[in-house]
Amino acid sequence: MSKYDVKDIGGYEWIYSEKVQEHFYNPKNVMTDDLKEKDFDAVGEVGSPACGDLMKIWIKVDPKTKKITDLRWKTFGCASAIASTSVLSEMAIGKTINQAYKITPLQITKKLGGLPKRKIHCSVLGDQALRAAIDNYNKKILSAA
Amino acid sequence: MTKDFVYFDHAATTPTDKRVLKKMLPYFDADFANPSSLYLPALKAKKAVDGSRAQIAKFLNCKPSEIIFTAGGTESDNLAVLGTARSLKLKGERVKGHIITTQIEHPAVLNACRQLKKENFDVTYLPVDRDGIVKLDGLKKALRKDTVLVSIMYANNEIGTIQPIAEISKILAKRKILFHSDACQAAGYLPMDAKKLGVDLLTINGSKIYGPKGIGVLYIKKGVEIEPITFGGGQENGLRSGTENVPAIVGLAAAISLLRGKGKGESEKKLRDYIIQELLKIPNSKLNGHRTKRLPNNINISFEGVEGESLVLYLDKEKIYTSTGSACSSTSLDPSHVIMAITNDAERAHSSLRVTLGRSTTKKDADKLISATKKYVKKLREMSAVK
Repeated sequence: MSKYDVKDIGGYEWIYSEKVQEHFYNPKNVMTDDLKEKDFDAVGEVGSPACGDLMKIWIKVDPKTKKITDLRWKTFGCASAIASTSVLSEMAIGKTINQAYKITPLQITKKLGGLPKRKIHCSVLGDQALRAAIDNYNKKILSAA
Repeated sequence: MTKDFVYFDHAATTPTDKRVLKKMLPYFDADFANPSSLYLPALKAKKAVDGSRAQIAKFLNCKPSEIIFTAGGTESDNLAVLGTARSLKLKGERVKGHIITTQIEHPAVLNACRQLKKENFDVTYLPVDRDGIVKLDGLKKALRKDTVLVSIMYANNEIGTIQPIAEISKILAKRKILFHSDACQAAGYLPMDAKKLGVDLLTINGSKIYGPKGIGVLYIKKGVEIEPITFGGGQENGLRSGTENVPAIVGLAAAISLLRGKGKGESEKKLRDYIIQELLKIPNSKLNGHRTKRLPNNINISFEGVEGESLVLYLDKEKIYTSTGSACSSTSLDPSHVIMAITNDAERAHSSLRVTLGRSTTKKDADKLISATKKYVKKLREMSAVK
């Protein structure tokens, strides 16, 4: 696919980059049936199926270092939604929750080698789902204290 | 040459039939002349245009003078809707002017109607039932004293549902209301006798019936008053200025001549029913549009929890080419207005897969599609956040 340099009439990227395709066809860190949701410390969700995108992110956090030791996700959405959540999972694992909280859609898009313009605002929601999961984690810690 | 891909997007466009292409080729070089000129080669080009017009007239059971050539389905639809409405307004008979169309029309009609709204016409967008068929009662109720035009498609491009055109024209015949129908998708499969259909205007185009792209026809019944939307040298009876696209006109006529014959669409219909039966075995899948009152080549199914663009792209990787009503694959980022009209369910629209068969589709192609769809629906559901 990438051998065609396809742009829309405004000169913007139309097709998905190789990096997007890699993450879309072979998504990383998907939540699977053999993993138990209760083994995770927190969960965050954003979007709605009616809008065409729904993302859910589960995180495991080291209580001492506050580092994200595992992140799993599920997404209903188009190729860029799936790819952006997949790449986000790789970006977030190993970061502290404070560092991960600051990940922006722009950073995700850059990591993907760009996205078609029409896709950017609607499909990169993973950072919001991650922040929702971190908020959920902090709330749990607070209420446990 | 063996094909290494499976094409299931014939409603988007069909390949040009090789026999059609062969008939077109001389008009690009040897017989390139402008049909409006006076020397011998020009007359040859004119003869080709006239012969094509006569052939298409026969197909539509109308007079050659009732046919004009345009640049395609969109232009024919635009001319029909804008041209008739504006003409009636120019006459000043009916000051406001009311247009009726449906919620499931092609954008070529819908957006022409939106333009008329800006020109101070009233427009009613008729709802359809859950099967995607226009309710005749609803049409009767929507009619007004100042209704000037009704535009209802013959068969829908997304879900293939067939509208009762002849019954609608009977309702309208009693009044002085023009009736236009977009028959681009229908032309390859359904009866196309303009008189029996009872329409005043009818759109067909080349790119859906194994003819070339960039060519359309508008049938305009004798006596119908219509204003042009393009202005220039006055070709096509003043209704479509611009040098005739001779190769495409010849190609369209050739494509139409290949449509004749019995058993039109029988093989597609068999495969359609087989694919529908198999794909509906996937849990939580729903057919969009009426089960039988649909084109022989159209399948449209929603798989719950599976976003359409993702499924289309997974199939694309296997060289199986399909389409979807999901917003994610459209430039507008809105989900299919057609599936919204029949279900009012955005998730279902986002989860739809359209498969449109063609003459060359085989059982082997169908099986390839079925097994790949099953595989990827399962895969996408495993990573889907929708339960």
